[in-house]
Amino acid sequence: MQIRSDEFRERSVFAIHDANLQTALGRARYGFVGKRAQQVADLPEFEQLREEAKNLKNHVLDNLDHYLARYEQAVVASGGRVHWARDAAEAREIILGICKRVDAKTVTKGKSMVSEEIDLNEALIDNGMEVVETDLGEYIIQLAHEPPSHIIAPAVHKTRDQVSDLFEAAHGGPRKTAVPDLVDEARRVLRDKYFRADVGITGGNFLVAETGSSIIVTNEGNGDLTQTLAKVHIVTSGIERVVPTLDDATLFLRLLARSATGQETETYTTISTGPRRADDLDGPEEYHVVLVDNGRSKMLAGRFRDMLRCIRCGACMNHCPVYGAVGGHAYGWVYPGPMGSVLTPLIKGLDAAYDLPNACTLNGRCQSVCPVKIPLPELLRELRHLQHQQNITPVMQKRALGVWRWVATRPKLYHALEQIAARALSGIARRGRIRRLPLAGGWTDSRDLPAPTGRTFLELWQGKRGQQ
Amino acid sequence: MTSSPTAGPRVGLFATCLMNLFRPNVGFSAVKLLEDAGCSVEVPASQTCCGQPGYNSGDYDAARALARQVIEAFEHFDYVVGPSGSCMATIRHDYPVLFADDPQWLPRAEALSRKSFELLSFLADVRGAAATVDARYAGTATYHDSCSGLRGLGIKGQPRALLGEVDGLKVKEMEDAEVCCGFGGTFCVKYPEISEKMVDDKVRNILATGADTLLGGDLGCLMNIAGRLKRIHAPVKVFHTAEVLAGFADGAGLADAPKESR
Repeated sequence: MQIRSDEFRERSVFAIHDANLQTALGRARYGFVGKRAQQVADLPEFEQLREEAKNLKNHVLDNLDHYLARYEQAVVASGGRVHWARDAAEAREIILGICKRVDAKTVTKGKSMVSEEIDLNEALIDNGMEVVETDLGEYIIQLAHEPPSHIIAPAVHKTRDQVSDLFEAAHGGPRKTAVPDLVDEARRVLRDKYFRADVGITGGNFLVAETGSSIIVTNEGNGDLTQTLAKVHIVTSGIERVVPTLDDATLFLRLLARSATGQETETYTTISTGPRRADDLDGPEEYHVVLVDNGRSKMLAGRFRDMLRCIRCGACMNHCPVYGAVGGHAYGWVYPGPMGSVLTPLIKGLDAAYDLPNACTLNGRCQSVCPVKIPLPELLRELRHLQHQQNITPVMQKRALGVWRWVATRPKLYHALEQIAARALSGIARRGRIRRLPLAGGWTDSRDLPAPTGRTFLELWQGKRGQQ
Repeated sequence: MTSSPTAGPRVGLFATCLMNLFRPNVGFSAVKLLEDAGCSVEVPASQTCCGQPGYNSGDYDAARALARQVIEAFEHFDYVVGPSGSCMATIRHDYPVLFADDPQWLPRAEALSRKSFELLSFLADVRGAAATVDARYAGTATYHDSCSGLRGLGIKGQPRALLGEVDGLKVKEMEDAEVCCGFGGTFCVKYPEISEKMVDDKVRNILATGADTLLGGDLGCLMNIAGRLKRIHAPVKVFHTAEVLAGFADGAGLADAPKESR
């Protein structure tokens, strides 16, 4: 999808005034946050698991070449194939190539954020294929021709009413309004697609180097039908998602469900290893894994390596008050919220997403819930530093900082200016506050400015203590 | 500029920019609390800002210039204490990071980091000062956990424990006390609409408690919340926690009309 992160300001203001969106966001936010908190309270070793997961991920990243090579060997040994894609274009070419070779007409898809990252749907549709998203949320936004607004709850921005309208328009009436009826309707429509699918594409939550397996977790079982019923199963995944052993994968599974949806475990956890074997009852004839780099090895080499620990649980955005205020679409690309504000500039370019690292109060709530302890605020600040170094920061802001530094490193001048400000501001104050201040509309448009009392603390202190 | 000499530790008071300009009463409250807890307090005139605005804007050189100034002004004290989790987290956590590659300044930054504390956590954790709190406040307060203090310095129980010693004060917890109020330094003026939405959520939670007073440990957050409360004419008084603990909350709250007799 076309990146629109440079419209963050406009889109965030629009989002704040979108009543439907605000209703949807409010409900979702409290659901996820409360359920996660309950799960964490019920698992005394949760904090210890976070530490273990962080360390294990760091170990894998330190030895990523080794684990990826082992993973490929194991995939090949089980009869599958691994394809390496340097960027989005290569990934699309590889997947298109497979689909064309088997003359695919219908492609079903389980949820995959990497497929969003590489603009896969558009490429398949442009080549005459029918693409069907099978995750209910993804299906809803496919009908609405919208990108996901959340990495695990892609249609979280939609109200039930809006879904009713979409389903009525797509499936014909009568209009359903109860959630079970809507789910039944989607299930009925999708069931037929699974059976007709030539290729099923899923993501990969974890790739297991030991066994060559890919693991997906879903709550709907749609991933299982996608990958089992189609003739060809293609897994799309980032190169950082490999873990050493099945045992290791269980550590992350324990963290993922609790952090993401506040469940002890997702309804379906599915481990796929290679294509259908001779004595298997079902399964695909071909099994492919497309490993996407798309900026990741650059992250691995630099100061943003910590970001590659991400397991895509979405806890950071669920707990982010900025995401909670504006929703995912304001961020303008595939990954929203704190993790997206780090990933988007790194994948799409610093200047393509100036606002994302800046539209953050550095309150740290994201880091405090991250299951792999990614220091998201530090990474966001580090991106601001890069913007500053590369002159992407607006000129006026840089100048203002320069002036501030010059004054603040001259204590006498600084204090004199503070004294002037204290007098001036208290002079124009009425009843202890200032309702409007030139050049400070950012503050006074929505808030009163508490007025100083006329003298600075240092002044008063010197007067007081000087007399003793 | 030294307070009456005592046998206790020498504390350099970090007079934060917002406190110095907008709320001197917080500074005097801090001095009183520190002295009551047996410290002698000095306020170096060579201090200005901790450098956080530069650091958070990505201008690390500017942040380092300010950090060096703070280190020089304060390193001869036993402790550096300031009435802000935000500024003190900068000194404690960020200074050593800023000088990680500077063998000359790193040891000095680390030494200062070790003896720098936010006021209320210093009183509670280092000085065990609950016994010396001697204040009255007639009212019901709710407490906002400022993010830097909460997540950066682990300040959660200390202010509540100290407030428990104030006669007449009832504390009622609000929903989402730990969620950011939308201040975020320059964030609030760079993204005013988002900030307004966040502070509105905070204000709603404050009003839902029915408390007549909001307390917190960081003037940035308090000015933001007070500014919004007053804009919508909500009758909630806003004080820094130190003002209540020191018994200096008898005057006007933030953004309230000054009282005639002080």
